[in-house]
Amino acid sequence: MSQVDVPQAPHDPHHHPPVIAPGHTYASVTDKISTIVLTEPVSRGWIVGFAISFLLTMMLLYAITYLLVKGTGIWGINVPVAWGFAIINFVWWIGIGHAGTLISAILLLLHQEWRTSINRFAEAMTLFAVACAGLFPLIHMGRPWLFYWLLPYPNTMQLWPQFRSPLVWDVFAVSTYATVSLLFWYVGLIPDLATLRDRSHRRSGRLIYGALALGWRGSARHWFRYQTAYLLLAALATPLVVSVHTVVSFDFAISILPGWHTTIFPPYFVAGAIYSGFAMVLTLALPLRKFYGLEDFITMRHINNMAKIMLATGLIVAYGYLMELFIGFYSGSIFESAAMRNRLFGPYAPFFWALILCNVLTPQLLWSKRIRTNVLILFFISLVVNAGMWLERFVIVITSLHRDFLPSSWAMYYPTRWDWATYIGTIGLFLALLFLFIRLLPMISIFEMRELVTPHAKSNGMQAARSLDRGDDAHE
Amino acid sequence: MSQIFHPSTNTISKVTLLGAVFFLAALLWVFGVIVRSPYVTEANVVRQQPVPFSHKHHVAGLGIECRYCHTTVETSAFAGMPSTKTCMTCHSQIWVDAPILEPVRASYRTDQSIEWTRVNDLPDFAYFNHSIHVKKGIGCETCHGPVDDMALAWRANSLNMEWCLDCHRDPARYVRPRDKVFEIGYKPAEDQRVLGERLMKEYAIDTQRAVLMNCSTCHR
Repeated sequence: MSQVDVPQAPHDPHHHPPVIAPGHTYASVTDKISTIVLTEPVSRGWIVGFAISFLLTMMLLYAITYLLVKGTGIWGINVPVAWGFAIINFVWWIGIGHAGTLISAILLLLHQEWRTSINRFAEAMTLFAVACAGLFPLIHMGRPWLFYWLLPYPNTMQLWPQFRSPLVWDVFAVSTYATVSLLFWYVGLIPDLATLRDRSHRRSGRLIYGALALGWRGSARHWFRYQTAYLLLAALATPLVVSVHTVVSFDFAISILPGWHTTIFPPYFVAGAIYSGFAMVLTLALPLRKFYGLEDFITMRHINNMAKIMLATGLIVAYGYLMELFIGFYSGSIFESAAMRNRLFGPYAPFFWALILCNVLTPQLLWSKRIRTNVLILFFISLVVNAGMWLERFVIVITSLHRDFLPSSWAMYYPTRWDWATYIGTIGLFLALLFLFIRLLPMISIFEMRELVTPHAKSNGMQAARSLDRGDDAHE
Repeated sequence: MSQIFHPSTNTISKVTLLGAVFFLAALLWVFGVIVRSPYVTEANVVRQQPVPFSHKHHVAGLGIECRYCHTTVETSAFAGMPSTKTCMTCHSQIWVDAPILEPVRASYRTDQSIEWTRVNDLPDFAYFNHSIHVKKGIGCETCHGPVDDMALAWRANSLNMEWCLDCHRDPARYVRPRDKVFEIGYKPAEDQRVLGERLMKEYAIDTQRAVLMNCSTCHR
């Protein structure tokens, strides 16, 4: 991101396709991205999309209100399956968030400059996914209004939370994750907010973006401090990519339930999180790129790279499934092997085989470069992987819980319409927030894209030089 | 382009950001004070009763001992509320026509209990037993306060869990000899720490806190 740190090797020997299409200048980059927010009229597609997702959000509010009135009995949960959709959806959403953090923090520290055009909305995706995720454990509590009992504070009971419980670790992991992601996203936005402030024609826009830009003037001292802060935040966010889903996996692995009590859970959950996260980034990036004409910024190289990461993490996840089954039988424990047999051939077996189809077989198509660069097929695969990762959590949560050690306590789990309304409602909330985000904030980092122009401008010849001469950008 | 913000905005924003920390800290503190205030705990709030029974008059003035009315305090979880007949042992002889005592006489005639307003009430999920506390040398006034001064009764303590634990964590500060349990205005004859430690051994009070600090001792 930094002007100093940008690798000054535009023509590397491996002939990577460019991360920004040729012919762009500082001005064209700024124009292209900021006009989506500032001047372009609201398109019909946006209105329809936002209306649908807003209605789904209202459905979510309705479902939650009814839940608060009636209690968790409106859901399909009961003993032995006390963790139904709420926990499945929690793990699914929190996993989706991980790609954003990986792209923004780890790829930044590794100088992967191709991350630049996707990091902003991937981070937004992280934030919104974490918001949806955080909702579920809260409403899954019998009395959500006492949620603050989960926090250590000097209360009148003189009680700390149970620090030996991974559910409490979850509280810390997820709240830290949400805080750092929000800070990272916001700090990354500051120079762009200043650009919007300077380019906005409306007083309200200048005031709002101006207040949010925190007085950014783009002086050398600003940039120096900014880069220090951004790198520090990146370093803070890096361990979170691994730690958050590790802690989430502890919710299962620390218990003694067959099918949960396994040491492979942390790495395999982290891989699954990044897998689903990249699937979601593709699900969002491919339509955005098409509808807002951002093919120059989100190039085939980005798409190809993301598909490769999906393939790699998909293989790790497949290895995880294999090892779970193998260890289940190899353990010699009748309970473990019974849990695995139940997973393969029990009443929920169709979910397991659908999961294998979605998460293991479908991504094998990504070995082909033709498919990795076919936007339509890739979009479809990303949807399949998203569904597959949801199925994975369904299989883990439900099939392990519904048949544990005592056959007398076995039972089936069926979600109710309220389970579905809450789940689909959070998808609506997620999309509604994203629709607002792409209208109100630059979905691609303007200043980082401008930095990409410099090394790549040499091939652009005179045009870039002219734009440098004009000094297009007042605040840089 | 003209400036959007007045130069004072710099100061305002800095003060806001710094002030937010103090504001949030103050908010937490206020919350902590409110949940411990008499408004929430009802400690030190005088309760109206159907008959304005004065502990001050009966205990300090007449010298009636606690157990005369609260008969089961040594043997059961509940200290016991006196039946109307207990009142009538005296009030069939004295103040027989006092209008203030009409509800007592009515209760005696009709065999309907007087509905006192409960002053010290623990939630149902907390198991509390009076007899064990009396048996181990916890004085009435340690929890119930200066009852001999209560013209109308009030709750002397918050009954919050932190208040229970305050003693359960270190009972030596409060334990007194068994024969002093019902004494009001008791002062230890020697250093309370020395006495408390000795009595804890003598009364076999759980010095390891294995039971005293266990969740299921009170939440069964």
